Amino acid sequence: MALAFDEMNGLGGGLRPAYQELSRWLEETPPDALEYRRHEAELLFRRIGITFAVYGESEAQERLIPFDVIPRILSTREWAILEKGLRQRVRALNMFLRDVYHGRDILRAGIVPDDLIFQNPVFRPEMNGQDVPHDVYIHIAGIDIVRVDAENFIVLEDNARTPSGVSYMLENREIMMRLFPDLFARHRVAPVERYPDELLSALRSVAPHAASSEPTVALMTPGVYNSAYYEHSFLADKLGIELVEGRDLIVKNDEVFMRTTEGLKRVDVIYRRVDDDFLDPLTFRPDSALGVPGLMSAYAAGNITLANAVGTGISDDKAIYSYMPDIVKFYLAEEPILKNVETWRCREPKDLSYVLDHLGELVVKEVHGSGGYGMLIGPAATKATIEAFRDKLKREPEGFIAQPTLALSTCPTYTASGLAPRHVDLRPFVLTGRDRTTIVPGGLTRVALKEGSLVVNSSQGGGTKDTWILDE
Amino acid sequence: MLSRTAENLYWLARYVERAEYLARTIDATLRVTALPAAYIGKTNEWDSALLTAGVSTSFYQAYQEANEQNVVEYLSFAPNNPSSIRNCIEAARLNARSVRTALTSEMWDTINGAWIELQEAWCKGTSSREELARFLRFVQEASLRFDGSAYRTMLRNDAYWFSRLGLHLERADNTARILDVKYHVLLPEEEHVGGPLDYYQWTSILRSVSAMTAYHWVYRETLKPWLIADLLILNDMMPRSLASCYGNLVRNLDQIGVAYGRQGPAQRHARGIRNRLEHSNMDDIFQHGVHEFIQEFIADNARLGEIITKQYLI
Repeated sequence: MALAFDEMNGLGGGLRPAYQELSRWLEETPPDALEYRRHEAELLFRRIGITFAVYGESEAQERLIPFDVIPRILSTREWAILEKGLRQRVRALNMFLRDVYHGRDILRAGIVPDDLIFQNPVFRPEMNGQDVPHDVYIHIAGIDIVRVDAENFIVLEDNARTPSGVSYMLENREIMMRLFPDLFARHRVAPVERYPDELLSALRSVAPHAASSEPTVALMTPGVYNSAYYEHSFLADKLGIELVEGRDLIVKNDEVFMRTTEGLKRVDVIYRRVDDDFLDPLTFRPDSALGVPGLMSAYAAGNITLANAVGTGISDDKAIYSYMPDIVKFYLAEEPILKNVETWRCREPKDLSYVLDHLGELVVKEVHGSGGYGMLIGPAATKATIEAFRDKLKREPEGFIAQPTLALSTCPTYTASGLAPRHVDLRPFVLTGRDRTTIVPGGLTRVALKEGSLVVNSSQGGGTKDTWILDE
Repeated sequence: MLSRTAENLYWLARYVERAEYLARTIDATLRVTALPAAYIGKTNEWDSALLTAGVSTSFYQAYQEANEQNVVEYLSFAPNNPSSIRNCIEAARLNARSVRTALTSEMWDTINGAWIELQEAWCKGTSSREELARFLRFVQEASLRFDGSAYRTMLRNDAYWFSRLGLHLERADNTARILDVKYHVLLPEEEHVGGPLDYYQWTSILRSVSAMTAYHWVYRETLKPWLIADLLILNDMMPRSLASCYGNLVRNLDQIGVAYGRQGPAQRHARGIRNRLEHSNMDDIFQHGVHEFIQEFIADNARLGEIITKQYLI
């Protein structure tokens, strides 16, 4: 594996401009002052209750995501490229979804194979031919970006279903500003605080045509035991909208209402953080206690906007991902600004045999996996794990893709033995409303805290950093 | 507001109030049982504590004997006692988490902070009397902080009124339960024989509703059982009296009624109880029988809880 690009020091060629002031500050600040504020930050997180649940761990039911106090910095120039690339990508994703559920030009053109769509468990036949309000499918996208050198940003994954993490973007900034006012005084950091307002206006803008000019928006959560519950309550609070569970909603005459202390109240837009499968027990999983019976029929009648739309999973599927450069070109007739990671589709025999021959150097992912679960990182895996994966791959090749092990960029990170480089990624959030797309300058930087580790997922020991977009 | 949000706020307040009441009950019982037998007679005060907490039946399914160790354990920490202090705080926090958006940050901070600290207390356990005392004080202070932060920081809207309903309904229930268990020492003036045994029972009652000092300020008298009954049932000045709780319940229900432009069975039922309390005097109540009066009240109060639930919370 190549030497990783360090965002502060480049490849050893000296301090990069965006980090100059931070570096000076780090030199002036005694280590115990950093330790003290790191501790303060942890107390604040616990006190505020910014926790998440890790599935499958009973005793550690609510955990903190470790927060690293050293910010990750991108220059305005870098951000401008990223932003342009993100807009392009999300636009293409939206057009792809509209097409897949309507005319299917892209299938007829032979760009994406039919069976990848129709035999895909996240494809929703219920959405065939159904219009969604204002043709917006992905109102909130979280695109995972990594960089491998000074020039290139690469998309690792598109999250078009119910991406989470934006509360950390906002809370990390709040806590940094509280703990490091001196550091902020020496930088001009682009603010992220308008995200909730942008989100609310995006959501209101996509209300069904028939809704009143003051549409009612609600945020739907699976409930307190969901791993991202904190974020749901945080966002509902910031947006000033009701945080509803399935049992708070009822459908009558294809209209959606919430049960309030004053009787039923009409709802126009649901920002749902519940997966498709659990939305409506009449349409999807009949055993779902989280959903609302009849919701899909209200949706079909055009009386409610669901954000994101139902069926967006087909666009962030890891198998579809490998076609993204072609998808961008097909709909926009533009070259993709953000690159894809080279991807082998194990469903194709040629790719599979390459993957089987190179398991020790590749990262193998489940097509439908997320959260860093069920993936193989070849260079870090034991022989036994690799062999187990080999069997899985042979049994069900269409369930997997493989990618080269990227040398993710590193950022200085506070560790038990002082500052040390650790690998990071970035998840910016892209909001799409009726007439415009907004990206708040920043995002969630996730950092793999273990030395050498490339897994940044919070469920696997990753932490977070505040992300600064800075005038150089 | 969402019915579920109102329900969570209502129960959040109830659980915090109940936790505080349990802490007071344990505290008062510890004091009275520390007296020489000659001062308190042969009654088992730990049994009374279980009765006032309403968990006597479930306790005896788990334990043989009601002694200090067993009862303190059961009322404070027992995971299998749904209304142990521990479970009240757990339930309060769970409710708070479900309605974070309706709480002010100060309220959340109090309840979450109490929960975090109590987690530590549970892990360590309270092996000494001193630790137990500290624990009980902590619970009472957490409740005060919670109540105070609600009072000082919440918007005066339905969220606030529903949380007040929970608080006063629970408080009325708690006061009534003490009276229900101790009614036999609260005799009217003419029947009173006044042994030393009863004196410490009376102080214990007053302590469990933190009314020792209040009693003296109100009556400027030595402890008289009929005055204690008056203080806890009819005296409007006493925040834990049934009359005061019902004044508050009626007021908060009225505010909800005005805000929503609609009165309902909850408003009518609460007003009925309040009127009965307003038009009673202790002589009538003694004549009628304190025990009967209290039992009727407990049933009426529980009925109000059901009506509120039906009218607003589901």
